Amino acid sequence: MKTFRSLGAAMLALLTSLAAHADITIGISLPLTGPASGLGIPMKNQFALFPQSIAGEKLNLIILDDATDPSKGASNAKRFVTEDKVDLIGGSAATPVAIAMADIAAEAGTVQLMFSPAQLPPGKDTWSFRLPQSNAVMAYAMVEHMKKQGVKTVGFLGYTDAYGEGWLKDFSATAEKSGIKVVGVERFARADTSVTAQALKLTSANPDAILIVASGSGAAMPHKAVVERGYKGKIYQTHAAASRDLVRVGGKDVEGAFVVSGPAVIAEQLPDTHPSKQVATDFVVKYEKAYGPGSRNQFAGHAYDTLVVLEKAIPVALKKARPGTKEFRAALRDAFETMGRTVLSHGVINWTKDDHWGFTNETGVILKVVNGDWKVE
Amino acid sequence: MDFSIAGILALDGITNGAIYALLALATVLVFAVTRVIFIPQGEFVAYGALTLAMLQQGLVPGTVWLLLALALLAALAEAVGELRRGVTVGKVAGAALRSLVAPALIALLAWWAAPLKPPLVLQALLTLALVAPLGPLIYRLAYARLADASVLVLLIVSVGVHFALTGLALVFFGAEGFRNPVFWDARFQHGAVSLTGQALIIFGVSIALMIALFLFFGHTLRGKALRATAVNRLGARLMGISATGAGRLSFGLAAFIGALSGLLIGATTTMFYDSGFLIGLKGFVAAIFGGLASYPAAALGAVFVGLLESVGSFWASAFKEVIVFTLILPVLLWRSFQHGHHDDEE
Amino acid sequence: MTRQRMLIAFVLLVGALPLLPVPEFWITQANYIGLYTLVVIGLVLLTGVAGLTSFGQAAFVGLGAYTAAYLTLAHGVSPWLTVFAGLALTAVVALVLGWITLRMSGHYLPLATIAWGLSLYYLLGNIDALGKYDGLLGVPPIRFFGLALNTGRSFYALLWALVLLATLGATRLLDSRTGRALRAVKGGTTMAEAMGVDTLHVKITVFVLAALLASVSGWLFAHFQRTVNPSPFGLRMGIEYLFMAVLGGVGHVWGALVGAGVVRVLDDQLQVWLPRLMGASGNYEIIVFGIVLVLVLQFARDGIWAFVEARLPPVRRAVDWGGATPLTQRPKPARGDVVLEVDKVRKTFGGLIAVNDVSFEVRAGEIVGLIGPNGAGKSTTFNLVTGVLPASGGQVRLAGIRVDTLPSREIARRGVARTFQHVKMVPAMTVLENVALGAHLRGREGVLGALLHRDREEERRLLREADMQLRRIGMAEHMHELAGNLALGQQRLMEIARALSADPTLLLLDEPAAGLRHGEKLALGEVLRQLRGEGLSILLVEHDMDLVMDLTDRIVVMEFGTLLLEGTPQQVQASPAVRAAYLGTEH
Repeated sequence: MKTFRSLGAAMLALLTSLAAHADITIGISLPLTGPASGLGIPMKNQFALFPQSIAGEKLNLIILDDATDPSKGASNAKRFVTEDKVDLIGGSAATPVAIAMADIAAEAGTVQLMFSPAQLPPGKDTWSFRLPQSNAVMAYAMVEHMKKQGVKTVGFLGYTDAYGEGWLKDFSATAEKSGIKVVGVERFARADTSVTAQALKLTSANPDAILIVASGSGAAMPHKAVVERGYKGKIYQTHAAASRDLVRVGGKDVEGAFVVSGPAVIAEQLPDTHPSKQVATDFVVKYEKAYGPGSRNQFAGHAYDTLVVLEKAIPVALKKARPGTKEFRAALRDAFETMGRTVLSHGVINWTKDDHWGFTNETGVILKVVNGDWKVE
Repeated sequence: MDFSIAGILALDGITNGAIYALLALATVLVFAVTRVIFIPQGEFVAYGALTLAMLQQGLVPGTVWLLLALALLAALAEAVGELRRGVTVGKVAGAALRSLVAPALIALLAWWAAPLKPPLVLQALLTLALVAPLGPLIYRLAYARLADASVLVLLIVSVGVHFALTGLALVFFGAEGFRNPVFWDARFQHGAVSLTGQALIIFGVSIALMIALFLFFGHTLRGKALRATAVNRLGARLMGISATGAGRLSFGLAAFIGALSGLLIGATTTMFYDSGFLIGLKGFVAAIFGGLASYPAAALGAVFVGLLESVGSFWASAFKEVIVFTLILPVLLWRSFQHGHHDDEE
Repeated sequence: MTRQRMLIAFVLLVGALPLLPVPEFWITQANYIGLYTLVVIGLVLLTGVAGLTSFGQAAFVGLGAYTAAYLTLAHGVSPWLTVFAGLALTAVVALVLGWITLRMSGHYLPLATIAWGLSLYYLLGNIDALGKYDGLLGVPPIRFFGLALNTGRSFYALLWALVLLATLGATRLLDSRTGRALRAVKGGTTMAEAMGVDTLHVKITVFVLAALLASVSGWLFAHFQRTVNPSPFGLRMGIEYLFMAVLGGVGHVWGALVGAGVVRVLDDQLQVWLPRLMGASGNYEIIVFGIVLVLVLQFARDGIWAFVEARLPPVRRAVDWGGATPLTQRPKPARGDVVLEVDKVRKTFGGLIAVNDVSFEVRAGEIVGLIGPNGAGKSTTFNLVTGVLPASGGQVRLAGIRVDTLPSREIARRGVARTFQHVKMVPAMTVLENVALGAHLRGREGVLGALLHRDREEERRLLREADMQLRRIGMAEHMHELAGNLALGQQRLMEIARALSADPTLLLLDEPAAGLRHGEKLALGEVLRQLRGEGLSILLVEHDMDLVMDLTDRIVVMEFGTLLLEGTPQQVQASPAVRAAYLGTEH
């Protein structure tokens, strides 16, 4: 009797552990505190709206804070891989953190869905896929717009961090090709008490346009500083600034600014023929229903897109292996690389074996701030 | 660099320097009386600016809940201490309730007034009323027990308080930044240099506060009692000056000054929940410049830091921080020699 | 000795951990703890022991990490060589920074550490070759005889071997001549210099040591995390190391391990448990962390390890110096030779003349008393003679050679030892160790000798000397007590024993009898007489007139900085001028 009972218990335990293994576990590292918390928190909000299961398998999301610290991100990634035995890693929204996680994901043979346009050395991104558009794609849209506006010289005012650095490189390269010169480069930090000096230096060179590279409400102060100097030229902002916070903090001063953005944030204004119209609208409606009108956010869009790609790839991978196994993780990667054209709220993506970026040059949309609202140019 | 550029930079530097000077004063004040190197001084600045921002939106700021929670905890801590000493339960309860009256009233006022969106000045006063009492409460809860610990331990306690306040700020105010309206939107133009009304208010308040502190410490009994505690705690206590009372008063003043700085700087700078740390750090640098003892030297140091920041940002903005912090070293070396070498025994 | 058994058990546990079926995650945690412990040991030495608060250790970690990463990636150098490159670079930078900042007194030093910590951080983030803010990726693992240390467990072995070595080294360093000098520096430079310690040199030494430890941690870190970027080397981490040290127990080497361990585990577990307790929304970890930090310090202000150690069986020093050879003695001057000449010495502080052209001499084998009302300038004269203060005029000569321009430690080297008006000692050391500090100049072993335990013979000799002096003074039963626990009178006697350990030819005693009971004063008098009999010269400031009149051969009387009278005790007692100075004139 005793042996029968203990055997039964063992069988039960085995079954439940097998069943537990059927859970699809995803480990997500986000900057919920620290300088990039404005990127991480909206994403967490969106992840909270995820369904309980995908393709019949229970979905288990583990979200950890990396405090915008690459060491913490690396530590989170290690934990996901060794302790939680995740099937997929998400993160981070901050570029240096995402980079720090890449090697760990690759060594463990786990796909990493990056939420930031992080550049990895060639050959190092076999397991890492980016959900946001690359800076180059957005810069392309911006440069095209600048060409139409007759801009010949640009002043650069950007964050002293990986985001600012990345934009400087990509924008300069793209602008050069179109004959536009970067005539001044100034840097600042989000928490600076004043940007007057930098604005002064840039405006005295009097370029045709000034490009501000910052995120969210942090993009307002440099903008105001430039306007305060009496600058009359065109001011451009990047997609990290495409949020209500820019307008809220910037007020009248940001009127007439040009902001490049992914389609997700202006879903209503997309023409019906735009491939992302339906998906973007779905994202916006659901997010604002949960978090209030006007709360839509560039980064939450990337979190939404995560679900889209997961819902496409997981059924394919399930045909090859069970969750919790090495084969499943590899199958996921193959699924991502072969799923072809996929419509996201942020545009159309097409990951291949050689290209883990996926967005085409047509993705970027230029918005103009008119009466405190976005208007597609 | 022509005159107008130099003028603009100088004005920018001095305006920010004036804010750093206020923080430097608060830092020196707190250190002189309690030997606490108060790192969270910057958090009071952030709380001041962001509380006003919440009020501007007609929302009840999270500061209200913090005030109530801390007041309750402090009342409890006091009650436990008194019961241990054998004070009757009735008296203890009475004292506890009395200590809760003021915070409760302020909290109620804020809760009622916030959605009504009163005029800016009233909102500013409400902000001060909400943030200033946090100082003595934090002193009572975090530091009073460690009053005679070493400076290093008190410093680490400050780090703990800083973490707690920053984390709470994120919860109360969110991750995005805010800007407050100016108190006076006049603009005085002289060539390319324009002096804003806000800058004038900042200068005015800084100078007024310095004079007020000077008078307080030099000519009032309370102020002299504070100075006595700074010089010798035991001696002051023997004279009937409560060391804990001195600590609470100095922290209260520091919180008030911090909140006031937040109100002033919130109009020219986008304030985030974590902006306080860097601003407080610059105030601390200026305070060290004064040897953590001299107010005029600290104020001068603050202006120096502000100017250095301005010029550094203009000259090589990518390296601004490197410039500011590397150039401080020789200045510190010079000040350290001037100060003479006296044995630092605690 | 149960402590020793506990230590062995601990080392065995550390060694066995990777062999046990511990989940990989905890091995990772143990690795991070080890990395932090290396840095924090340096902080314990620097801040806890020597009293130099530093926020900038993280920058040195960065130097080590970036050197390792850059050299392995860009130039394919083997990690076993890059560690030395990193150490060399760090040593150079630390020497330069230390030389500048360690001259600063008081609060300027921590700010200077913040300043260069921030500068280095921003510099690292702006250099193209180092990948700026993205940093360097794909750093290869360390290879040990062909085996790549790229798993948690294999890396653990190397890391913890180094951590245990560092702990051993730090412990040895603290229990040595250099360790005593380090502890002496904390309370201020005056006493240390009077014992002959070159305080700037000692400060720079410990500063560089702490930097080197941090650099090794950086080297390991680069090959563990395999990516390097500026963010873990900034001010936040610098502050974090410091509070690991304080939380663990900043004055204790084991406090480093405890602090690093507690902080890391707490940090991590809060991340896991808080969301479960409070729902997934909100980020309360850092709030709780801050509150826990404050609470722990409120109940264990000297750190967790100190709290725990107080409840462990105490460690008693083994008395093993019985057979040690005595230290060589200084040749003593012949009886009657002039040992000290104070020649029209003058000291002004602004407009105040503290010492006004005072002249007197002290001969070998005599006790000279220096008396006068309070404020007469006696202690100032002492400070002038021992080089603590520079003279504004006149000369001081020792055995005919001018010394008033020399620093205190040089004067100490020439055979002058002193006690202080307000006792200056190291409360954290035992009485024996405090007295052994006095013999600092009679030893030679430094950092290397301590680390390699080559100094054991000399240590025994120094401790034997201290033991002997304590017996002589009558303090033998207090030998192993912490100096901070003594009564004031006993502390003064300890100071005398410490001064005697220096084997001086001239002993300056500043109010040695203050706080002694009558019986103790008589005993002290006996000792001083015996010393005089051995040819020692003593200059004594005292207020106890019975003692002074009884003991001294000659008395110098000062009033308002001026020499009033010099003569035998009888002459001084009879002088109306002296009586007027002490008691006021009759009307």
